[in-house]
Amino acid sequence: MKVIVGKLVVVGHPGVGKTSTVIRYIERTFNTEVSSTIGASYFNCKMEIEDIIVKFQIWDTAGQERFKAMVPMFYRNANAALLVFDITKRESFDSIKVWVNELKKNIREKIVMFVVGNKIDLPDRQVSKDEALQYSHSIGATYYECSAKEDQGIQQIFVGLARAVSQLSGTEVGHNLKVLDASSCRALVADASDANATDVGRTENCDFILFTIISFLKQANKLTIWLRKQSF
Amino acid sequence: MSTGCDIEPGASSESVLVVSESCDNIEQMSSSLEEIKNSNSVVSSDETIENCNNIDNFEDACSNMNLNAAQDDDYMRNKEWLSKKKHIFVLSSAGKPIYSRYGNEDKLATLYGVMQALVSFVQDQNDSIQSIHAGDTLFVFLFKNHLILVAVSKSGESISQLISQLNYVFNQITSVLTLTRLNKIYEQRRNYDLRRLLSGVERLIDHLLDFSEREPAFILGGVQCLTLPLSVRDTISSAIVQACNKIKNLVFAILLANNKLITLVRMKKYCIHPVDLHLILNLVQASESLIHPVDLHLILNLVQASESLKTAESWTPLCLPRFDASGFLYGHVSYLSEDCQACLLLLTVERDVFFTLSEAKQRIVEKLRRANCLEAINQSLNTKEETCTAIGFPELRHYLYKCKYTAQFYQPSISPPYTLDLSRLLDVYKAAHQMLHCPSRPLKLIFQRTPKEAILAWDTKGFELYAVLEPLTDTTTAIGIISKLLSWIKKHEGKLFHLNAPTF
Repeated sequence: MKVIVGKLVVVGHPGVGKTSTVIRYIERTFNTEVSSTIGASYFNCKMEIEDIIVKFQIWDTAGQERFKAMVPMFYRNANAALLVFDITKRESFDSIKVWVNELKKNIREKIVMFVVGNKIDLPDRQVSKDEALQYSHSIGATYYECSAKEDQGIQQIFVGLARAVSQLSGTEVGHNLKVLDASSCRALVADASDANATDVGRTENCDFILFTIISFLKQANKLTIWLRKQSF
Repeated sequence: MSTGCDIEPGASSESVLVVSESCDNIEQMSSSLEEIKNSNSVVSSDETIENCNNIDNFEDACSNMNLNAAQDDDYMRNKEWLSKKKHIFVLSSAGKPIYSRYGNEDKLATLYGVMQALVSFVQDQNDSIQSIHAGDTLFVFLFKNHLILVAVSKSGESISQLISQLNYVFNQITSVLTLTRLNKIYEQRRNYDLRRLLSGVERLIDHLLDFSEREPAFILGGVQCLTLPLSVRDTISSAIVQACNKIKNLVFAILLANNKLITLVRMKKYCIHPVDLHLILNLVQASESLIHPVDLHLILNLVQASESLKTAESWTPLCLPRFDASGFLYGHVSYLSEDCQACLLLLTVERDVFFTLSEAKQRIVEKLRRANCLEAINQSLNTKEETCTAIGFPELRHYLYKCKYTAQFYQPSISPPYTLDLSRLLDVYKAAHQMLHCPSRPLKLIFQRTPKEAILAWDTKGFELYAVLEPLTDTTTAIGIISKLLSWIKKHEGKLFHLNAPTF
């Protein structure tokens, strides 16, 4: 069985429902009183797609202007981005374009981009589905619509993300996903994917290799200790 | 017993909190952040420069925002708006609206114009306007770093109490932007619309104002601790110390529950090294890396106002204006676990150590779970503080005791008749506090009887005590109760206060 560890960053205009979307998926709840995120929130989630386990480390960022300087450290080394806008607010759709430019400019590896139009439960739509779809295709992104409040389309987004990321991992080059073979070293997988694999602001590949070596050494160490005990 | 009986109840040799009285002089800016960063040499990036680049992009946006103002002065005829007890306004020195406690700022543009005119008119004569008294309405002005803060109050609070609230509002703004950035913004563009950067902060300010009106902590400038046996608190502190002492640049670890402090672990003072020597001198100026109660109030406010923090781990930039107004600390904010709603904050100067702190948090939780501390915290959270009657003071209705050495205070549970009218009790305290701290004629001891209650307020070198008694209590009985109460507090100080000041 294969395990893929990916980093997902959620960006978008303030108040479009980034946190609500993530919480709807992770906790299956919706709270009308969600206050604006300060800095960023971190979630873990695990999904099974056929025989592949996809683990996402989700960074739900704050949309406010004053946190803009902070966001790069969350999208650095990201494998997937969720660009959320509010279909009833034109300017939130326009700001997606700014985000796309920023991501394209700053991320060299391949990244899965999903554009998500939230709040489809509300009546006064300002961004048509066609327009959003057309724009998404033009930037090579996939378009989804959802309502975090009514729990419409949320599941599809995350399953879609998992599939896209597992496809990305199938291509040999141009991505920095951690792909681990679970059957060979189960313990290592559990460790690596829980915490250290994608860190904020580190060069991960080196880190990961180091980590693997250290884990191996640790295992070896344990073994010798155990052997010694046995001999006594 | 290490603390002798002559020491005030709740006092200890070291304090986790800065105990200075004033809460407004952040102009004498400290540089704790730089110190901590520099002492560990390799730390990157000049954030303020990075931040300020964003400003230019929004020139256009700013100018549109005020177009639709001006026309509508509905509020002036709106009964509900006019009947509010206390209005708070914030505007830039150029007269741009930034915040109004009630109503939409844009619709109040003319009012902001008047406020700005008043301030600048007096300023032209090299003077500054402080307050206007009109019947029972008090207008208080505070001018700070390019911002004008105004309180219009019918609440009966004194000028200094209103000024302190305005200072809190200013501190809240500073804590999201940093003072450096705030100054830089207005140096570059006097006309800047700060709301651009403060979206979402209105809520924090609203909350802070409500919070400060119902919490005696703000009157006293202190913090209340969660009642916990001394040994449990020490176990918790040492669990945090053990889990975190290898982490570089961690400045504070703070555990809070229900607006009360469980423990606060702080960074140790640095070893003496010639190069470090001036750092230490600086450090002493920066109040020995202690955390100021004002800062703690802002943190409490942040935690309370952000329910969403309950569900995940957060990584939050936070400027503690009294610790260092020039830069951000980064906070790993999380709740201990599903079954224990105590909030842990790990504050560091490094912006990219989220996962290190996240692991440390896991270690802390495991340790606390094994030592049964989570249960102890829950138990304390689920039991109310004892009322005065329950501890054997039937004539005493309620009291506030603040130990000045540690800036911590204690209050028992509210008992009748105040359970239904808490604000009246707070008004009594505010009035008594004002008499003790009146700048022109401060009093040391007050005993005042009104038809509704008797209040004894006592300000000594080591503590402040405010006791509300039955209205018919006479002076001798009151004094007797107070001395009995002090020895009761002394006996229970280990439980009521955070006496040890653990460090990393």
